[in-house]
Amino acid sequence: MDPAFLAVQALSGLSSASSLFITACGLTIVFGVTRIVNFAHGSLYMIGAYTAATLVPRLLELSFGPVTFWAGILASAVIVGLIGVIIEVLLLRRIYGAPELFQLLATFGVVLVVQDLVVQVFGPQDILGPRAPGLRAPVEILGRRFPSYELVLIAAGPIVLGLVWLLLRKTRFGVLVRAATQDRDMVASLGVNQALLFTGTLFLGAFLAGLGGALQIPRVSANTGMDLSIIAEAFVVTVVGGMGSVPGAFLAALIIGQLQAFGILIFPKSTLVVVFLLMAVVLAIRPHGFFGRAEIVGGTHAVGISSRAPLPGRQLILLVVIAVLAAFPLLADAYLLKVATEILIFALFAFSLQLLIGVGGVVSFGHAAFFGLGAYGAALAVKWYGVSMEAALPLGLALAALGACLVGAFVVRLSGIYLAMMTLAAAQILYAVAFQWVDVTGGDNGIVGVWPSSWASGPAPYYLLTAALTVVTVLLLKRIIDAPFGYALRAARDSESRAEAIGLKVRQHRWMAFMIAGAAAGLAGGLYAFSRGSVDPSLLGISTSVDALTMLLLGGIQTVMGPLVGAAALHALRDWIMPLTSLWRLLLGLSIIAMVLIFPRGLVGTVRDWWEARA
Amino acid sequence: MNAPLLEVWNLCAFYGRAQVLFDLTFRLQAGEVMALVGRNGAGKTTTLKAIMGLVSASAKQATFKGHSLARLPTYKIARLGLGYVPEDRRIFTDLTVEENLVTGRRPAPAGRSPWTPERLFRLFPNLAEMRGRRGNQMSGGEQQMLAIARTLMGNPDAILLDEPSEGIAPVIVQMMAEAIRAMKAEGVAVLLSEQNWAFAAGISDQACVIERGEIRFQGSMAELMANEALRADALGV
Repeated sequence: MDPAFLAVQALSGLSSASSLFITACGLTIVFGVTRIVNFAHGSLYMIGAYTAATLVPRLLELSFGPVTFWAGILASAVIVGLIGVIIEVLLLRRIYGAPELFQLLATFGVVLVVQDLVVQVFGPQDILGPRAPGLRAPVEILGRRFPSYELVLIAAGPIVLGLVWLLLRKTRFGVLVRAATQDRDMVASLGVNQALLFTGTLFLGAFLAGLGGALQIPRVSANTGMDLSIIAEAFVVTVVGGMGSVPGAFLAALIIGQLQAFGILIFPKSTLVVVFLLMAVVLAIRPHGFFGRAEIVGGTHAVGISSRAPLPGRQLILLVVIAVLAAFPLLADAYLLKVATEILIFALFAFSLQLLIGVGGVVSFGHAAFFGLGAYGAALAVKWYGVSMEAALPLGLALAALGACLVGAFVVRLSGIYLAMMTLAAAQILYAVAFQWVDVTGGDNGIVGVWPSSWASGPAPYYLLTAALTVVTVLLLKRIIDAPFGYALRAARDSESRAEAIGLKVRQHRWMAFMIAGAAAGLAGGLYAFSRGSVDPSLLGISTSVDALTMLLLGGIQTVMGPLVGAAALHALRDWIMPLTSLWRLLLGLSIIAMVLIFPRGLVGTVRDWWEARA
Repeated sequence: MNAPLLEVWNLCAFYGRAQVLFDLTFRLQAGEVMALVGRNGAGKTTTLKAIMGLVSASAKQATFKGHSLARLPTYKIARLGLGYVPEDRRIFTDLTVEENLVTGRRPAPAGRSPWTPERLFRLFPNLAEMRGRRGNQMSGGEQQMLAIARTLMGNPDAILLDEPSEGIAPVIVQMMAEAIRAMKAEGVAVLLSEQNWAFAAGISDQACVIERGEIRFQGSMAELMANEALRADALGV
């Protein structure tokens, strides 16, 4: 191969590594001190890009020159740093002690809020920033032209690494930050005001995110998709490098930069897959990344269902619920039946996640993977093999179970935040495959023409089929939760070491739970595919996973039936509010944050506590 | 009698729904060493943690130098001049000896000569030889010395010292005793939680016996030494 081409490829890999490192470095520092994985870090990056793309041209009009340009970049980063301080004071400060699932969800709520706010403030169109004065002409490298701005970026990574190193090693603030990374209570016992330390850390982290974003403006225009694409990559960098480790993040960014630069040559369309595969491989060998350590884990994660006395008359309640579900088609019109069908499907999906999170303590952030696999499995069977619905549904379920078996094999070795990131990565890999393997999956357009068999077509029959399958599966899962297997999962959730000490094979149990939950989600996905007649990659996306988590949270994570109620509530709210406003994501995000802060027990949990307090 | 330096009354603490401390009331005078003794699980460590505000479910009335501690966050309690050395020492293992000392640094009250790394290295000569070493490359005894030195960097008026002799070589226990005497000579009061009876008896002026979360005895160490029946019953020595 042409050496000049390789050199240029390697250089562009270095420059993207630099940008990635600057952003990921902030994420890893914030995690190290606060133990919160800040989903909103990508949003801060996006705000940095929008701010710089808006601010720098105005400054350049006043006085054109490199000094103005770089001052504008730094000013944008400082503004983002201050926004980080606001987020810390208003939100993060209140959830440092919360279970990590709530922390992830609350910061994802910020992502949603920022997405709508950015459109409100900066407008819906992409903003192309100015090119850097003095760096417009490309340089020649081995006879090939290379943008000189990229060379500056290549230098920026090591410069930031050096400055952060100096800050952490040579200042008292840095020493305290490193001490707090290890033991927050001890730092407080020595008279250090943690609140100030944490606010300072958030400023630093957000500043770096903003800087990372602002530095992009001469290369790419600021756009509304930047947040989720960078956060996925930044997660990979921090996880591969070891959460909380700055040198680890640098090393991981270098490797990922090169993988992306040369991965294009091997898999032209799927650099994302290569990156996430790297993460899977590294975590399989080193469960805490390059330089991460076992003791640095996220917040507490043992929330979930607990034992309680069975409700008197529950058989009767069950019969009434089944009777109401069965009689619903007599009362409802086609539209209501369609809505009810979707609610039932999502209730099943959320309930399958409850087996993992509420029972098993396995905080999966990528449950959409199995919903999507079930949907795609069924749709692909229909499209390529022409099978009927009766065969396609079990095939989708089987594909989801197989996927859960494979993903689970990696995942059960991990814990806490690494586990959440790994499941997220698995879902993102599948998303990328569905999106990029156009010949088979139809890419962005997905697959259409996935219709149920004639006996089940039409709103009422399909509703009844869905209701029957959902009720049977939920009862089956409930039986599993109440069996010794479910108790073993709960024991492992509450104390892994004690569960192992009494002879439970924790990993095997979790793996089994992962497959069962995956299969149930797959069934839900298959039902969804036939209810809509089509599938598309969004079924595998982060937002589908977060939907399931939101349903869990809304219904109550400490209750068995919470997810079913949560699914109904979220779906009903969405159908009702979404047509009324263009700020649906803002409202949803604020609601998620409010639930985490005010109603962490969810609807069912709150009602039950109220009922028990009264009794 | 002077106003006590640290006064605690009706201290209660809970782990979940289980109450582990019941209405503890005691006082520590400036410049004296008081031993908190009792069997394993009696509540000694919890008492110290609750004073520092590190037990989430606790109710207490407490004053230090006349300031109420009831609602103060941990860092403000520490800033009043109440140092805390936890039982598992909790050295920052990623940080060097000198960096660990930096984390504890707080200005000295007016008129007192502050503790400096140099003074502390004279008190704990072993540490002087390993200034650049990281916490994870130190023995238990060295970590214990560093934990005490780190707290002294905050120039406290009193130190809550939890099990300083636990898991440490006998020769280092001797050095600990000397260090505590030296601290006392500097005017630092010490509330010492100890299982090692001989160690506690050798360095304490006052004693407080805790049994199942309640105070069984409070008085001078000499009195407790004389009361063999109580010692045998409550402490097994």
